[in-house]
Amino acid sequence: MLEIRWHSRAGQGAVTGAKGLADVISTTGKHVQAFAFYGSAKRGAAMTAYNRVDDAVIMNHEKYMEPDYVFVIDPALVYTSDVTINDKQNTVYIITTHMSTEELIASQPKLEGKRVYTLDCIKIAQETIGRAIPNTPMLGAFMKVSGMYDMEFFKESMKRILAKLPQKIIDANMLAIQRAYDEVK
Amino acid sequence: MAFDKMELRDTEVWDGNLAAAHALRQCQVDVVSAYPITPSTPIVEGYAKFKSDNYVEGEFIMVESEHAAMSGCIGAAAAGGRVATATSSQGLALMAETLYQASGMRLPIILNIVNRALAAPLNVNGDHSDMYLVRDSGWIQFDAFSPQEAYDLNFIAFKVAEDHEVRTPAVINQDGFMTSHTAQGVKTMDDDTAFNFVGEFKPMNDMLDFEHPVTHGVQTEEDWHFEHKARQHNDMMTIVPQKIDAVFEEFAKLTGRKYNQIEKYDMDDADVAVVCMGTSVETAREVAKEMREKGIKAGVVGIRVFRPFPFMAIAEALKDVKAVAALDRSAPGGTAGALFNEIAGSLFNSDSKIVLSGYIYGLGGRDLTKRHLVDLYTELQANADAGKVLTQQQQFIGVRGPKLAYL
Repeated sequence: MLEIRWHSRAGQGAVTGAKGLADVISTTGKHVQAFAFYGSAKRGAAMTAYNRVDDAVIMNHEKYMEPDYVFVIDPALVYTSDVTINDKQNTVYIITTHMSTEELIASQPKLEGKRVYTLDCIKIAQETIGRAIPNTPMLGAFMKVSGMYDMEFFKESMKRILAKLPQKIIDANMLAIQRAYDEVK
Repeated sequence: MAFDKMELRDTEVWDGNLAAAHALRQCQVDVVSAYPITPSTPIVEGYAKFKSDNYVEGEFIMVESEHAAMSGCIGAAAAGGRVATATSSQGLALMAETLYQASGMRLPIILNIVNRALAAPLNVNGDHSDMYLVRDSGWIQFDAFSPQEAYDLNFIAFKVAEDHEVRTPAVINQDGFMTSHTAQGVKTMDDDTAFNFVGEFKPMNDMLDFEHPVTHGVQTEEDWHFEHKARQHNDMMTIVPQKIDAVFEEFAKLTGRKYNQIEKYDMDDADVAVVCMGTSVETAREVAKEMREKGIKAGVVGIRVFRPFPFMAIAEALKDVKAVAALDRSAPGGTAGALFNEIAGSLFNSDSKIVLSGYIYGLGGRDLTKRHLVDLYTELQANADAGKVLTQQQQFIGVRGPKLAYL
């Protein structure tokens, strides 16, 4: 079982990102689950979304999770939410920030000794898509860090998932995914 | 045909709401009369979108309340159409009066209830308070434990409810958020296969058949009211369970997915068992398997059909079990949980020596974790070994503050 927790603000696309990732993974024959904690979420409120991936049908519906990966797609949440809660020894963090990994860890001591990768999903999204929607860049970074799928396969799959959007936006998302793949450290 | 067909992949990643919306589309529902409420809104929103995109030939009636929504469904069903809607929580509470009208008038309406807590305090998350509120309203009640089942049970519900020997409205319950907003793989049927399973709607006593005028919405006082209600109950107890079994069988032949009035998992040799509904059934299945690795013979019984209640099947499933827990996801309001009472009733006149304890859990969407269930099975094993309930008969799982136990 592979488990992922997303830290996001409502409106940044974590739910769409989690469902998109689940959709891609599902096409390879694996079983998936994507869900979120909503509450009466308002735009901008901190929220979490989740993915589970397994070879067998996923029966577990508990919300509690000890994640293998933690995605943080808003830079401030590292300070205002406990992004390390219920983590494991080998949990991998992919965090969006304008800082280097070393600077980030120095600014948030809770991340010391953890496996942390960083990139600036917000900047990438702004420069490619034209809006601060950091979900698809995060998935590009995840492909690099996890080595889960070949990048061409992943991009083709995402094109299908984004198919309802205008071609210009789809192309921009492909650029964002590739840049995130190249820039994550 | 006047509408377009939709190409679906064999497995789509859908949440429970989208799965139900596609089922309504594939059944070609004639009329959806609806008022939106979280977390069920995407079901009727989905149908409306399919309709405006020309994937459904039907009518969407926008109304001013849930009371009006069900009233619209009743009118459309009496007129002679295939009718469905969806609601949750307070919406269902406002609908309650009209639910009794629908069942009393024998109108085969399909209602998707996305289960949510009832205020106060206000809460949008999943529990079974709304399901329990209308459990005696004369509707058939199915319960889905996953998005796949929310999809499948819609087809089954139409086929059962619209059968001319049944003509009873049916509810499909699914857990708010835990099913309705959780995307998982859903095995689909293509549009033709799905529609052919339910078939064309065949009206009976429809108001728009002017050759055969009928009266709907009659008044009967002490001279006939009791006979009407008794007849309806008789059909629920005798005809409906058989029809449900037959449709489950037919659906299994078509899809390979076999449903049962109660779903038994690891029950053949179980010493301890949990009886519950919704997503909890699946989490409990996983924990039961893990308990078996630790030497505890654990099983799970999921209630697939809540009404008509599978009274005899429950007694049969539990007859050799030593200790069982009834899990109720609804505030009992001063008594034992409803499922506890139903199960106690089914076991009381049997030869079973089983010990039964009740647990209230998960109110307002509170997480039921695997760890909770491990503790629960461990407690049940202690009851089984002792041959009696070692705790009080009613306890709470996952609530903060001092431990609560009663009875």
